Amino acid sequence: MNVEIQGYPSKRALVAKICGDIDHHTAKYFRGEIDKAIRNANPLVLVLDFSEVTFMDSSGIGLVMGRYKIMSEMDGEVVVANPPAYIRKVLQLAGIHRLTRIITDISSYTVQKNSEEEKETSEEVAEDDKIKESDEIEAETYK
Amino acid sequence: MKLKRKPINEIKVCFPSYSENERFARIAVSGFLTQLDPQIDELADVKTAVSEGVTNAIVHGYRDCLGEILLQIKIYDDRQVYIKIRDKGCGIADVEQAMQPLFTTAPEEERAGLGFAVMESFMDRVRVKSKPGEGTTLILEKKLKSRKL
Repeated sequence: MNVEIQGYPSKRALVAKICGDIDHHTAKYFRGEIDKAIRNANPLVLVLDFSEVTFMDSSGIGLVMGRYKIMSEMDGEVVVANPPAYIRKVLQLAGIHRLTRIITDISSYTVQKNSEEEKETSEEVAEDDKIKESDEIEAETYK
Repeated sequence: MKLKRKPINEIKVCFPSYSENERFARIAVSGFLTQLDPQIDELADVKTAVSEGVTNAIVHGYRDCLGEILLQIKIYDDRQVYIKIRDKGCGIADVEQAMQPLFTTAPEEERAGLGFAVMESFMDRVRVKSKPGEGTTLILEKKLKSRKL
């Protein structure tokens, strides 16, 4: 169980790839990690990549709806990517497809139109930003 | 009057209401049901319903304390699956209200209030017996499709 989070600053997109089961026990961890990344990156689009999710119950609905609320407050949106069939069933039952788009191709949020070189540079910058911001957060915690 | 049928196999598992055991309950049910060779989507339905039921016992039944959860599974020769999840937690004062979609008493935990809606949609029958202060018994039933090749 883990979540791989990658920022794409030029698209103002944040992709969170959730791996493993989403239940009440694990949702707390996923929620914490994703919300921390949202605060740091301030994205316009949060892509929840469900391609590696092995199980999901209504705790996953809560996870999506909670992030939808946060992103809406920032005038942003949530997109759900690649849910396996059995997870799609749970999402549809809750009407999640009426709140967020469900997509099968995330490349429009991750692939740069320009050269590879530029991509690397922008990612490095993003990495620096992240480090800086996490330092600031830590500094606040220790005040 | 309905005759009491004899199951072809059954298990009873007791475990404390740690949230880690939500996963254990799913693995127990899918492990036990493999002898019926269920279809993948049917097994996913049952696992999801059990996960909801056990989570309810942990989040709501034993909201302020740790307690014991009993998971009982019986299977019958016609591929009927009977699952009982029992807690001795706080119980539910108004079962009908608790089963309403979007009703939740734990919004701070980001509970969507869809547990019963999921169970009802994924199982053939869902029954709840509860008494405040005494606990809740949830019964889930589903008949698996036959596996004719």
